[in-house]
Amino acid sequence: MSVIAQAAAPRRLARSRFTFDRLEVLGPLFIMPAILYVIVLVGLPFLLALYYSVSAYSIFNPSYTFVGLKNFREVIDSEIFRRTLANTLIFTISAQIIGLLLGKIGAMLLMQEFPGRRLARALIVLPWAVPVSLATLAWVWMFDSLYSVINWTLVAAGLIDAAHRPQWLGQEDLAMIAVAVVHAWRLFPFGVVIFLAGFTSVPQDVLDAATIDGAGFWRRNYQIILPIIAPIIMIAVIFGTVFTFTDLSVVYLLTKGGPINSTQVLGSLAFQVGILSGDVAHGAAICLFLFPFLLVAVILLLRSLRRREI
Amino acid sequence: MPRLAGKVVGQSSFYAAVVTLVVFAAFPFYWMLITTFKTDGDLYNLKSIPYWFNAPPTLEHLKYLFEDTLFVQWLSNSALIGLCVVAITLLVALPAGYGLARMPGRSGENLSIGIFLTYLVPPTLLFLPLARVITLLGLQDSLWALVVVYPTFTIPFCTWLLMGFFKSVPREIEEAAIIDGCTVVGAFVKTVLPLSVPAILTVVIFAFTLTVQEFVYALTFISSSSEKPVTLGVATDLIRGDIFYWGELMGAALISSVPVAIAYNLFLDRFISGITGGAVK
Repeated sequence: MSVIAQAAAPRRLARSRFTFDRLEVLGPLFIMPAILYVIVLVGLPFLLALYYSVSAYSIFNPSYTFVGLKNFREVIDSEIFRRTLANTLIFTISAQIIGLLLGKIGAMLLMQEFPGRRLARALIVLPWAVPVSLATLAWVWMFDSLYSVINWTLVAAGLIDAAHRPQWLGQEDLAMIAVAVVHAWRLFPFGVVIFLAGFTSVPQDVLDAATIDGAGFWRRNYQIILPIIAPIIMIAVIFGTVFTFTDLSVVYLLTKGGPINSTQVLGSLAFQVGILSGDVAHGAAICLFLFPFLLVAVILLLRSLRRREI
Repeated sequence: MPRLAGKVVGQSSFYAAVVTLVVFAAFPFYWMLITTFKTDGDLYNLKSIPYWFNAPPTLEHLKYLFEDTLFVQWLSNSALIGLCVVAITLLVALPAGYGLARMPGRSGENLSIGIFLTYLVPPTLLFLPLARVITLLGLQDSLWALVVVYPTFTIPFCTWLLMGFFKSVPREIEEAAIIDGCTVVGAFVKTVLPLSVPAILTVVIFAFTLTVQEFVYALTFISSSSEKPVTLGVATDLIRGDIFYWGELMGAALISSVPVAIAYNLFLDRFISGITGGAVK
């Protein structure tokens, strides 16, 4: 009897060990912490943001009274918000276009072998690599109202009159240009790197075959290379768009949304309304205008990730 | 002769294009560098050529930065936040990446794309509700708030990167270890992890740089100077009213961004293959 009992215990132990040894059991346990983290600190806050946007919540009156779509109606009716939405689109689109153009040119230059190529690449990548807030500070100094190096150069070149220095961050139209330039400056290195990665992934024999068949520079570029690297470029555009569209640090540090809200973007306006003025409900409503846009980005990204697998 | 001339023109326009692009990208950093070492008299003088020193360079600004501001404190805050976030990220993302890589069929792939997509959810969408969550946790105005929140974007990205890597580790190695008497966890720790040192290193660098680069959450959650990370402290506390301390400001920006830029540069190719989902080899 005792012999059997003794034998049974280790066997049960062995079986439980066996259960915990199966990857089908352990796999989900391994993944659980990551999913929980994302649910608790991304999923739930997102739901809270949804709720804020239909409530009357503010830091002075923290009540969760349901007010329906009132906040959204008020936000859309406001002149500043419509300007903000347009600005956000302008900055995003211009940064993508300049980023893609300079990215392609830069990558084509860096594909050539020349002395100092690695250094050139490292320097070109700088704007993308350093923290955006610190890089933007350098631009604030370069756009300074009095000691701007840009104005100094323009005056020295005789292009502008010293008495009428442009106020880069103080005039509506110039401030728009300043913000757009900084966004493009920050994004274009990303374009360079993506195009470089794309170009190197094009098989050389395909290019050789096309050359033998008589394809010239432009034909090789637009009918062979571009279609091959299109999926990669697509993913880069999605990421670039999301980064620029949702950014608030460039505008916050460069112009604080001014002069008189003329360079405000969705992020900076939401920060001003939701945090500085304490009107959380309207701030959340403004933020949520990012959402349909992000949804489109997500769907496009999913499609390109899927296509890659087929 | 004309062919030679054409070649010279082609060569010089090529270099001109490269130089233009490099200057556009790097000039602001040159400007930081030269501003850091200029005397105030030289900085705020409209007459002289600003591109070079018109008075002997000075260390005054750096001295002031290190001795009379909280700059050192901000740097160490950033380092502390970075290290804690890296630790949390590894603890969560390593098992998750492995679990996803070894999931049967397409479910692992789909789940990992789901996790990766949260990387696209921007701070701008979440800072208002997260400010409330931080208050509930009693972490308002503390750098620990950032330690809790930053993994929300490092975990998705790092899990995705690690999953891609673990998939390339042959299963047979773990199976051999299990047959030799290891548990699944033991096999993972003893065979897979040592093989993954390069991937883990990449994840450490990325989690750290992504953390140091963040600005929006720090701006929203933290207002006491002594709790600020370096990006926020430099951008908000070195500017007093309308008076800018440009020498100190540029020095601080330069010192804190150079290490990040170098680290980023070393691992750039892996970052790219991460976001293009391995479409680029």
